[in-house]
Amino acid sequence: MVESPAKILELRGIVKEFPGVRALDGVFFEVAPGEVHALCGENGAGKSTLMKIISGLYPYGSYTGDLIVAGNIKKFTSIKDSQAAGVAIVFQELSLVRELSVAENIFLGREPATFGIISWDKVYQRTERLLSELGFNIDPRALVGELGIGQQQMVEIAKALALDAKILILDEPTSALSDTEIEVFLAAIRRLRAKGVASVLITHKLNEVFSIADRITVFRDGKSVASYATRDVDEHRVIRDMVGRELTEMYPVIEKSVGGPILEVLHLSVQHPTRPGKDLLHDVSFSVKKGEILGIAGLMGSGRTEILLAIFGALHGKKIGTIKLEGEILDCDSPKDAIEKGLALVSEDRKRYGLVLEESVTKNISLASLTTLTRFGVLKNDDEMSIARNYVRDLHIKTPGIDALVKTLSGGNQQKVVLAKWMLTKPKVLFLDEPTRGIDVGARAEIYRIVGEMARQGVAVVMVSSELPEVLGLSDRVLVLCGGRITGEFSRHEATQERIMAAATRFG
Amino acid sequence: MAGIVGNLKQSWRTWTMVFALVVIWVIFQYVTDQAFLQPRNLSNLFRQMTVTGVLAMGMVLIIVAGHIDLSVGSVVCFLGVVLAMLMQRGVGAEQAMLATLVVGAMISFLQGWLTAFQKVPAFIVTLAGMMVFRGLSMGVTAGVTIPLEDSWIKSFGSAYLPPMWGWIIAALAAGFLILKGIRLSKIASKVGPLAHDDVQWGWILLQTATIFVFTFVMNAYEGIPAPVLLMLILMVVFQFVSTKTVFGRHVYAVGGSVEAAYLSGVNVRRVVLGNFLLMGLLTGVAAMILTARVESAQPDAGQLLELDAVASCVIGGTSLMGGKGTIAGALLGALVMESLNNGMSLANMEAFWQYVVKGLVLVVAVWLDVASQKVR
Repeated sequence: MVESPAKILELRGIVKEFPGVRALDGVFFEVAPGEVHALCGENGAGKSTLMKIISGLYPYGSYTGDLIVAGNIKKFTSIKDSQAAGVAIVFQELSLVRELSVAENIFLGREPATFGIISWDKVYQRTERLLSELGFNIDPRALVGELGIGQQQMVEIAKALALDAKILILDEPTSALSDTEIEVFLAAIRRLRAKGVASVLITHKLNEVFSIADRITVFRDGKSVASYATRDVDEHRVIRDMVGRELTEMYPVIEKSVGGPILEVLHLSVQHPTRPGKDLLHDVSFSVKKGEILGIAGLMGSGRTEILLAIFGALHGKKIGTIKLEGEILDCDSPKDAIEKGLALVSEDRKRYGLVLEESVTKNISLASLTTLTRFGVLKNDDEMSIARNYVRDLHIKTPGIDALVKTLSGGNQQKVVLAKWMLTKPKVLFLDEPTRGIDVGARAEIYRIVGEMARQGVAVVMVSSELPEVLGLSDRVLVLCGGRITGEFSRHEATQERIMAAATRFG
Repeated sequence: MAGIVGNLKQSWRTWTMVFALVVIWVIFQYVTDQAFLQPRNLSNLFRQMTVTGVLAMGMVLIIVAGHIDLSVGSVVCFLGVVLAMLMQRGVGAEQAMLATLVVGAMISFLQGWLTAFQKVPAFIVTLAGMMVFRGLSMGVTAGVTIPLEDSWIKSFGSAYLPPMWGWIIAALAAGFLILKGIRLSKIASKVGPLAHDDVQWGWILLQTATIFVFTFVMNAYEGIPAPVLLMLILMVVFQFVSTKTVFGRHVYAVGGSVEAAYLSGVNVRRVVLGNFLLMGLLTGVAAMILTARVESAQPDAGQLLELDAVASCVIGGTSLMGGKGTIAGALLGALVMESLNNGMSLANMEAFWQYVVKGLVLVVAVWLDVASQKVR
């Protein structure tokens, strides 16, 4: 006899150890059918580890405690097992085949076939039905590689749900989505809730949590420290539980003096490298002063990343216009030129563009400054290691040692390694592109403090961010881009979320 | 404690290699009626591994940077022909050697330029190079073996270092290792906790012991063979280049993440080109050693050498995905490969077995590595 369980997913006292680290230390977690359950916690709190246990990536036996799905204790040994039990997981990294169509991706590995011959009509029909049920407006025949990141994310979700899942687990699903895409995504989750599918949402974005979640569970240091109905709490309570303290000053108040202009950009236009006639940037002019933090806001595709890459010499495409650094013409053909002239770029995707993941903390910190660390062409290892040691200490980088591989560090600490790398080059201008993407609240505050401190020491900071609170909290001045043009400029006092959003959507 | 575990894990691959080598040696010692581990045979074995070893040192850097060089076997042959023909026409040994190195550098410069600046995949460029230079070697020699003129090069292939000098060099090397250990422990005490606190002194002791045992065994026959000494010197140089220079660091960064390296100011194309240039020079050296040893240039010399070099790197822990690999590992790999060749001929096994066994060892080595990574 099977009784209808009150909980669709239950975890009891899960403990998972890695050599030297206890990643999960007695986790209790319950999800009711049809519930949207937000899982919050700083990076390194154990959320991803838990996901891997639920999905069977960490097989039964490698942890202790009980994993119960729909009332039965489960012993998953692979993702196939968890899928069969109705658990669908969408990981942070997309796992789609770019060269295949949307429908082919969704049915990859389980194509409806008779005698090995795939019935493509069925594939496309079912995909169309699935996508329209979810409210996703995507052509099943489109190649995944040609879709935007947001749509790819939706395909990933559709793929997970194609198996009639009872529980959908999503790891940072909206980190790459634009605001409109987020709305579509949240609407899809609501629709699933109405159909009785439970969703577990792992996210840092508390505004989303409060707009959609029924329950919130907070993780800290491998333990589940709090669990409550969303209506009973407010953001402050959740943040306090996440960091274990009140976060009074997220954004540092810095006493600093802003000097004269150091970087000037005059009438900069950049052509699209493969599509002639289309400009990535069009007649952009602005300047940044010594010690100033200039925020750049804009939607995805507004040219906000391109503006940094163009000045940094990392954007291919014909450039027109003038860039001046300290009054002298600056024309960088490569990042190497730009770094030598005193520019630094913290790029948007740190795992891909910011770090050599398989190398140590030390080697990553020194990578952009190696030539200054040599004597007669020989690397001075002791200097290099002392420098790394100092940054680890000063920036509070949590690492087992300076020779630990950066891939073993949490996101916030990885980003601090990137910042250390650029601090070591002693830049005059620091470009930040989405500096806190995927980074937890505690580490965020520390990164803001570091950036503020650099500005205080006279570095001109240009920060591109899609998080408006961050732009408003940190910037002395805000530029807004839309369609490759500057459509708004606000001083710290004038800037509001509404004004920025209005300018960011002022197309044409 | 956690540090020691980390350290053991890091060098897990090295230890399995050493263990595998010991097992192979013990088996051969048994099947060859104690002939394998005689000083005379070991001297031979090390001399035979020099060509593969020298090539593997260049190959490891190319693979670490994310590329491959399939042309080295053919180019070794071609450069041998260049050397022998120049000397046949009365060019002095030194000039002919210099010319060999220059031609080797030019060939690899061209291949490196096509790879790095023109974005033709290295696999294709060097596959083409493999065919072109094999063809040119056959054409230039008209299929005929060119004997090497009498000169000091010819005797270099079979020369030995006087035992006394062997001991002096061993003592210097040991002294250097100990100084380095003292320096490292000073640094370690200065920079505080390391994730993998090295069991350094044990390691240094082992290395020193290996050096003395090696010298003892070589001296028990005629002394360290000259080509082996050359290979060891190159090992020290390349170890230095790969770990203590900006260029070396950039090679590993490029292999680990091209994008991150580029955005950190690394001139990626120049690093790749530099890598190929080094490979070209080493190919020249390998050509000289091979030509000197067989005392002639043959149009079919060096066949499959490129694959031996790649296999040595991979057996020695180099990742074909790039970013990972060491000079010492590649040499250890070359020693494993050559031990198989040597041991099987010594045991009078038919030649075809060598290919079969080498292939199996290669795949098992990588299989073990992959399996062990899953477990960890």
